Amino acid sequence: MFQFLLRRIGLIIPTFIGVTIAAFAFIRVLPGDPVELMAGERGVSPERHAALMKQFGYDRPIWEQYLDYFFSALQGDLGNSLVTKKPVWDEFFTLFPATLELSICAIIFAVFIGVPAGIYAATRRGSWPDQAIMGTALVGYSMPIFWWGLLLIILFSGTLGWTPVSGRISLLYFFKPVTGFMLIDSLLSGQKGAFSSAVSHLILPTIVLGTIPLAVVARQTRSAMLEVLSEDYVRTARAKGMSPMRVVGVHALRNAMIPVITTIGLQVGVLLAGAILTETIFSWPGIGKWMVDSIFRRDYPSVQGGLLMIAVIVMTVNLIVDLLYGLVNPRIRHVR
Amino acid sequence: MALLEIENLTVEFATAGGAFRAVDGLSLSLDASDVLAIVGESGSGKSVAMLAMMGLLPWTATVTADRLNFDGKDLLALSARQRRQVVGKDIAMIFQEPMSSLNPCFTVGFQLGEALKVHLGMSRAECKARSIELLDLVGIPAPEKRLSAFPHQLSGGMSQRVMIAMAISCNPKLLVADEPTTALDVTIQAQILDLLLNLQRETDMGLVLITHDMGVVAETAQRVSVQYAGQKVEEQPVVDLFSEPHHPYTAALLAALPERATSKTLPSIPGVVPGQFDRPDGCLFSPRCGHATDRCRTQSPTRASAGLGLAFCHYPLVKGVPQNHPGNGVTA
Repeated sequence: MFQFLLRRIGLIIPTFIGVTIAAFAFIRVLPGDPVELMAGERGVSPERHAALMKQFGYDRPIWEQYLDYFFSALQGDLGNSLVTKKPVWDEFFTLFPATLELSICAIIFAVFIGVPAGIYAATRRGSWPDQAIMGTALVGYSMPIFWWGLLLIILFSGTLGWTPVSGRISLLYFFKPVTGFMLIDSLLSGQKGAFSSAVSHLILPTIVLGTIPLAVVARQTRSAMLEVLSEDYVRTARAKGMSPMRVVGVHALRNAMIPVITTIGLQVGVLLAGAILTETIFSWPGIGKWMVDSIFRRDYPSVQGGLLMIAVIVMTVNLIVDLLYGLVNPRIRHVR
Repeated sequence: MALLEIENLTVEFATAGGAFRAVDGLSLSLDASDVLAIVGESGSGKSVAMLAMMGLLPWTATVTADRLNFDGKDLLALSARQRRQVVGKDIAMIFQEPMSSLNPCFTVGFQLGEALKVHLGMSRAECKARSIELLDLVGIPAPEKRLSAFPHQLSGGMSQRVMIAMAISCNPKLLVADEPTTALDVTIQAQILDLLLNLQRETDMGLVLITHDMGVVAETAQRVSVQYAGQKVEEQPVVDLFSEPHHPYTAALLAALPERATSKTLPSIPGVVPGQFDRPDGCLFSPRCGHATDRCRTQSPTRASAGLGLAFCHYPLVKGVPQNHPGNGVTA
């Protein structure tokens, strides 16, 4: 197990280097530079442009800029945003709880609906509920996030008026963030109605962000379950006189969860990518929206730092998933 | 009273190509503490018949029977819940592939204790004590340590011992062993068979042994039922069956035993068990039978008397000669 852990962590190093190169290169490949975008439509004289670029250090050779970025990043220094002048690190962690809150809700939504739906479909293979569930999952998986989000806003916020259109909480409530999680902070604030306002703001973004993971989890659970249900040990459990609930929910599920957990881990990357669109649609003040804004402003340090942080988070989550995998699957745990 | 009575059991599977009859009018009966062997080639419906009795077939199977009684209870009339109280407790089953029959995600202790808890309502401590006792009984060394082992840490023989321990955990009245030694190597096979027979004698349970190994039959069973293409073709006490088979299929099976071979090449039965699409009219064995006549190919045979081993044949053999056969002019 320890060796497994070491090997797994060893894999992270080349990935990390790759991500720094990609993050550094991508933003520079885009036409335009930070100075041009700050100057806006009025433009800037070539002399002033060169002076400003020199001031930010973007006149140095590209490899020098990269190494500077790489070694600062290693020490936890991601530089300051060109726009707000605040450290990227601080900006990231001010906004990250919003994204994390949304992502956690989306994953919970996906798992708590997707896994039971997949099990139900698998145990009634070929029946109309199975086909309905799998058909819906396919539609959900194929739906573009931004379009789906707009449809929901039109229906629930526009026509029905049940949910707010954007933001994390109604403007009526104001309190200092403690944890950064609006659900928790609103409870801590003790203000009446704050919590339910936070919940109502969270519902649509959660559904929009969770739809694709939900579809993937449901389909994966169904296929894993179908495979497991035909295994000999499932027959053994039935031969022992166990109830169908216990056979499916204990004996089969534990085995079927092994591939599903991997899938859920992989969905975290998809989730953060989806967060960019979802946060933009719902004006959700998280890192997704922040990344989009930073890219539009060619805010090099913010984009480099933000991409790097997102990549590190995805890698960490996948590492945790691999460790969890060992917990669920004794055959991995006992490899010596 | 018989422990297990099966009369005219038929199992059909719904397939894309229509209904497939895997078990065809099978009748069996087994007394308490009796050992019955069911033999036949692969595809002759041995396992399916027993799985049907246990209620373990998938939903694509249709099971009908005139009688399916166990210990005075009509298994077909029981609700699913009532049936689960019999299956796993009074009737237990072990399978061909011990390695894949144990759940890889749970410890031996969990899988053993589960049935004890569900059927006998034992507490954790009682379960543990009984599990250790059971593992000891099936000859597993250091049973306390094995409780926390996972199936992948056990060898095939060890896994089958665990399966047996699980099967006998609730003191069943009937144990069905479905080719319990097929997947094991020869030395382990003998150990497992010995273990099963010892347990059968000690606990006085009925034992149904499904096998295609005539050698296993000779060593273990009191009575033998020979099955072919879902039908019982002959049933006799083991000694009589080996000395005087009455059905040509039984005779051919015995002739194919290496120990009995007299010529240089081992005699074999040409062809395979008929499947869904090549089921012959008349006697199902007729395409492979050396004695088959036009009557065999057109008319389904009738069952002979118990003296002729209940042979399902138009011309049951007596001392190797088919009776009433047009070819030999001998009349019974």
